Order: sequence, then structure tokens, then C-alpha cells
Amino acid sequence: MKKFFAKLYIWVLLVVLYAPLVFIAIFSFTESKVLGSWEGFSTDLYRNLLTGQMQGNASLLAAVKNTVLIALVAAAVSTLLGSVAAIGIHNMKGRAKKAVTFLNNIPMINPDIITGVSLFLLFVFLHFSQGYLTVILAHITFCTPYVVLSVMPKLQQMNPNIYEAALDLGATPQVALRKVLIPQLRPGMVSGFILAFTMSLDDFAVTFFTRGTIGLDTLSTYIYTDARKGGLTPELRPLMTLIFLVVLILLIIINIRQDRLSKLKENR
Amino acid sequence: MDKIIEIKNLSKSFGDKKVLEDINLYIRRGEFITLLGPSGCGKTTLLRMIAGFLQPDEGSILMDGKELAGVPPHERPLNTVFQRYALFPHLDVYDNIAFGLKLKKVPEEEIEKRVRRVLKLVAMSDYEDRDVETLSGGQQQRIAIARAIVNQPKVLLLDEPLAALDLKMRKDMQIELKEMHKKLGITFIYVTHDQEEALTLSDTVVVLNEGRIQQIGTPVDIYNEPVNCFVADFIGESNILKGRMIRDRRVAFIKHEFDCVDEGFGEDVKVDVVVRPEDIYFTTDPAKCQFKAKVNSCIFKGVHYEMWVDTDTGYELMIQDYDPYPVGSEVMLYIDPDDIQVMKKERLCNTLYGTVKDAETVTLLDADFPLKSGFEPGTEVKVEIPFEAVDLMDNLDDGIIDGEVHFILYMGDHYHLTIKTDDGDFLWVDTNDIWDKGDLVGIRLNPENSKKEIKITKKDEQAQ
Repeated sequence: MKKFFAKLYIWVLLVVLYAPLVFIAIFSFTESKVLGSWEGFSTDLYRNLLTGQMQGNASLLAAVKNTVLIALVAAAVSTLLGSVAAIGIHNMKGRAKKAVTFLNNIPMINPDIITGVSLFLLFVFLHFSQGYLTVILAHITFCTPYVVLSVMPKLQQMNPNIYEAALDLGATPQVALRKVLIPQLRPGMVSGFILAFTMSLDDFAVTFFTRGTIGLDTLSTYIYTDARKGGLTPELRPLMTLIFLVVLILLIIINIRQDRLSKLKENR
Repeated sequence: MDKIIEIKNLSKSFGDKKVLEDINLYIRRGEFITLLGPSGCGKTTLLRMIAGFLQPDEGSILMDGKELAGVPPHERPLNTVFQRYALFPHLDVYDNIAFGLKLKKVPEEEIEKRVRRVLKLVAMSDYEDRDVETLSGGQQQRIAIARAIVNQPKVLLLDEPLAALDLKMRKDMQIELKEMHKKLGITFIYVTHDQEEALTLSDTVVVLNEGRIQQIGTPVDIYNEPVNCFVADFIGESNILKGRMIRDRRVAFIKHEFDCVDEGFGEDVKVDVVVRPEDIYFTTDPAKCQFKAKVNSCIFKGVHYEMWVDTDTGYELMIQDYDPYPVGSEVMLYIDPDDIQVMKKERLCNTLYGTVKDAETVTLLDADFPLKSGFEPGTEVKVEIPFEAVDLMDNLDDGIIDGEVHFILYMGDHYHLTIKTDDGDFLWVDTNDIWDKGDLVGIRLNPENSKKEIKITKKDEQAQ
């Protein structure tokens, strides 16, 4: 009996968690304007999404493009900055190290809305014209701490003598960094990049305050504006479904890879 | 003499802590030299400064007569074998070893030849393509050694390379290292805390403690003629005892008089005496007997028996012999004059400088001690405190200052402790109480414990 309830609990939980996603996925295959009314099976919404001839607001595709572009640039730059910062922090000592680690953690705990508003005020104060650049700068700002956080453990696990061993064998500091340190940190940098990418991808608050008035839209701000205009663009449903599928497949690949790696290590 | 490395007046501090103080040392070309000392003595710091990972605060390191300071590690003609191997986990065995050669742009064929040769030297020939993380500790260490010597350095630095291996493997590797040293003719600078390893491997041993060189010598010198209690205690087993030089070649300890071979200490001078446990002999001949004792315990140690005896004068001595003597039996003992090592006493009492606070108080080590000095308040004084007059308390609140038991020496009938105070000053204490290293103690003065008085003199009087 106890087992039955335990199982029931987990199934109820899963249904509640995934019902909205399944709901959207199902209704992505019908052409109705309003979510919830079934007007027969059709793949037209997918076709519209790919051809760009939308029923609703056609700037959806531009928003998707912006989102991905901003996320890629922000993730790349913050991976670079974050990794360098992590190496720096790792080599600090005592109180300074604690202080900088603490400072690094604050932006992560800080509510997005505050980060967004304060960046907005900063850009206004500096007379920055807001647009792509400010959004990317803002995203780099809040992504970098996450990269630092995912690279730090790799540095701590690393044998501290490895870098010195490279110097000892005749590598200049730059060569040692490239040939020894970075290969060691790569897994942390990759997970930092992925983390930064997803953080940037679904950010709303910070983007909303830093995008300015030039009409720059990312997916999240697009949906927000769209919903206020009355009703969501129907093509959003196939788009959401596709994004969900991509994420699902990525997760499965990552899991399989990790399994294989840990098995390899066990076999040694 | 052909000196490859010369270290002059080298000092190094980390923050307030002095790690190395005024190190002077030269290393002959081709020799196997070991830096030996307990953890925290500064030996690894010294090695890291030679390698170039740390810069000295003062002094210089010369290699072939040229100053090394300012030369970055990658330009120094020496290579290091690290304690935890520090192999590159993302490269295989071959690429690990070839790392240095590839950076020097050595032609590919030459690299291959040299890698093969060193792999053969470390007996790892078939392992070229193996992932380094799949190797055992011993194998990884061999690869680490191969990776260093393939570059044909002038000097090979080894930082406790065998510390992570088990005993059997360590013994085998010791022999192999010694053979490698002979074959290669490279100067080896070896760091270890294992005195047996140091004695086995080295041409020269440098004993370090508290950032200072205690003794430099051949393993035989270091063992047979330690210069102070620390070296005597650290290297091998020993009976360290208080003694008195009666005149040249005659010394008194454990309340008996013995002939010895030491001269030049003066007459009636307090000294420390070291007798190795294997140098105290049993005899049945009353004419040979120098003193009698009762066997207190007898433990089989494999090759020999280790016995503790109580002498007829109340001292405890350790004796090692191939034959056991039953516990409780009376035995006759003698010591050869050759086997008695007499050492100058490092200090006869604690000497501290402070100021008189009032009639009843003297400020020493930033704390107020109840001492009647008879001097005006504000007078700067030198206070000489006998070892027995320092009292150690379990309860830190009972002490005037706090400290930690830093080093323990058993002197046959009492313990001679080195106490490090919270401020990093040292006090020496004679006591019959048993303390462990690292115990926290409260410290106060108890003049009644001591036969000698606490002597207080004006500081400037002393200066004259």
C-alpha cells in the first residue's frame, strides 16, 4: 500500500509538471487561433513557422533570431570572462578570496528585476543608446557569475602542481594556460557556457529594461507584448514544442555521455 | 670543488611567518643531496625557490655562478618531480613525456628515440599509449620521473616523490632512484621527511627545522655525530640525556662517569649527550660493567629486541640488542667511549626581555607576570627563567599566556618540551608530566618548582 501511494505521488507530480507542455504540443497540430479549441489536425502552423508566413505577428522569427544571437554572444563572452575570473579568484588567498567569491555570488541571488532596473539606470546615466549592445552587456553581466561558479570546482579538483609542471617543462605561462590549464577546465567551461546560454535565453526582466525603444524583441519580450495585444500568436505553439524537443534531446545526449564517461572510469 | 648550485643568505616569509631564515648551502655537481626535515620546516619552500615557483625575499641562488632570481621557471635548466606526480591527465604517457621536448621543437624522430629510452630506463616500455589515469601510483611516479629526465636537466628536483607510495613500493623505488642517479650523472635534490629514506639515498643530507639548517653532512656523520638534540632525535632512535663535561674525554651523565672521545668543551660544562640504543651493551663481566639496570620492558622488533631499562640511578634508557633479556632481570651495561656523542647545550635557560610594570609585576611576551624585580617601574630587564620554573596548565584560563606543545624530547628522567606561544615565541620547559605534541597549554611561572632562581637583571647592564 505504501508503495502504491509513493508511486501515485510521483505520477501525479509528473502529470502536473508536464501537462502544460503536452497540452501545447497537442494544440500545435491544429490551426485554431485560440488555444484550447480543436479544429482538426493540421501541420500548417509548423509550415507557417518555417516559411515565415504567419497568421499572427510576423516579427516572431526576428525575435527568435535575436534571442539566439544575444544568448550566443553573451554566453561566449561570459565564458571567457568567467573562466579568467575563476582562475584569478582561485589563485587569491585568504580574506580577499572570500570577499571576491562573495561579490561573485551576489548577482546570482539578486532578483533579476533589480539587476534590470539598475543596469537601465546605469545606461541612462552614461548616455548609452540602448539596443543590442546594452542587452548583450546586461546579459554578460548576469551570466558571468554562473560561469565562475561552474569553473571553480574544476580548478579545485585539479592537481595544483599541474600548471607548475608545465612551466617546469619549459612552457611559458601562455603556453601552459593553453596546453594544460584550459584542457583541464574545459568541462567546467562547457557547462558554464550552457548555463549562461540558457540563462540568457529565457531572461525577461533584464532584457525588458535594457532593450531601449528601438523595437528590439527577444522571445520573452515578444510574448509579453503579444499577450498584451490580445491572444498569443498561434505559431508560438509549434515553436514552444520545438524548443522543448531540442532541450529534451540535448539533455538525453548529455546524460548518455556522462553515463559512458563514468563507466569508462569505473572500468579502469 | 665544482659547485653547481650555491645558496647564499636566503630568507623567505609568508606574511608574518618566517619560513626560511638565512640559508647558506652549496650543492656539488652530480651529487645526491637530500633536504630532510619535519613537515613545515621549509624544505619544500626551498625546493620551490630553486625551481623558480617562489621568489626569495632576501639572498640569492646561483647556478653555475649565475644568479637565478628573475629567471622564470620555464627558462631554468632544471626539472621537477612533484609529490603527487602532476601528470597531465588529458595526455597519454607518450605525450606527457614528450611535452617538454615538443616545446623545445626537438625533431619528431629524436623525440621518439628519447621517449623510448627513458621509458626503458624507468621500466615502463610498453605503456606509451596508456592513459595516465589508468596507471597505478607507482607507475605514474615512474612516468613523472621519465617526463623530467627526458629533458636532460642539469639538476633534478624531487619533492617527496615516494611519499604517496606504500612501503614495499617505496623501498623498490628508492633503489631504482639511486641507480638512476648513478646512470644519469645528474645532480639530484631530494626533499623528504623520511629520515631512513634520506640516509639510504643521499651523498649529503641537509637537516632543516623551523626554517633553519641544523646540520649538513654525510648520512654517517648525521647519524653518528648529530650536532644538537633535534637532529639526534629526528634521525633514528636515541637516548638524549643531560650531562656534564668533567674535563676533556670525561663526561658524566645518568649520575655515572664515562670516558668519551670529545674534547674542547672546557671543564665542568653542562652538555647534552646522545647514546644510540644499539650502542649500549650488555655484559656479564663485572670488570666491564659501568652501571647496572633493571629491564622494564622487552619488545621484539623483527631484527632486534627493543628494551627499556631503569638504571640504578633512576634514569630510563632504550637499548636495542639481538638477544632479549627477561623483564625484571638485573643487567650490567657498558658504553664504548666512541659511541658517546657530546653536544654543546643550545641554551641553559629561557632568556626573555621585558619591562618592570610595578613592584610585583614584570611585563614579558606582552603579558604581566607576577615577579618581584626590585627595579623601578619602566626599567627594561632581562629575565632568565630556568626550564623547571615554567609551569604548564591543562586549563588555558589558569595560564598567563597560552601556547602549544611544539616539540617533545625525553631526557631519561624528564621531558624537555618546546612550547610555542600564541604570538609565535618559544619557551622551553622541563617537566615530569606527560604532554602530547599539539596540546594547548596555559603557561605561568612557578619558581618553587626550580632549584635555581629566576634571575632578573637590568637590560643595559647586560649590554655592557
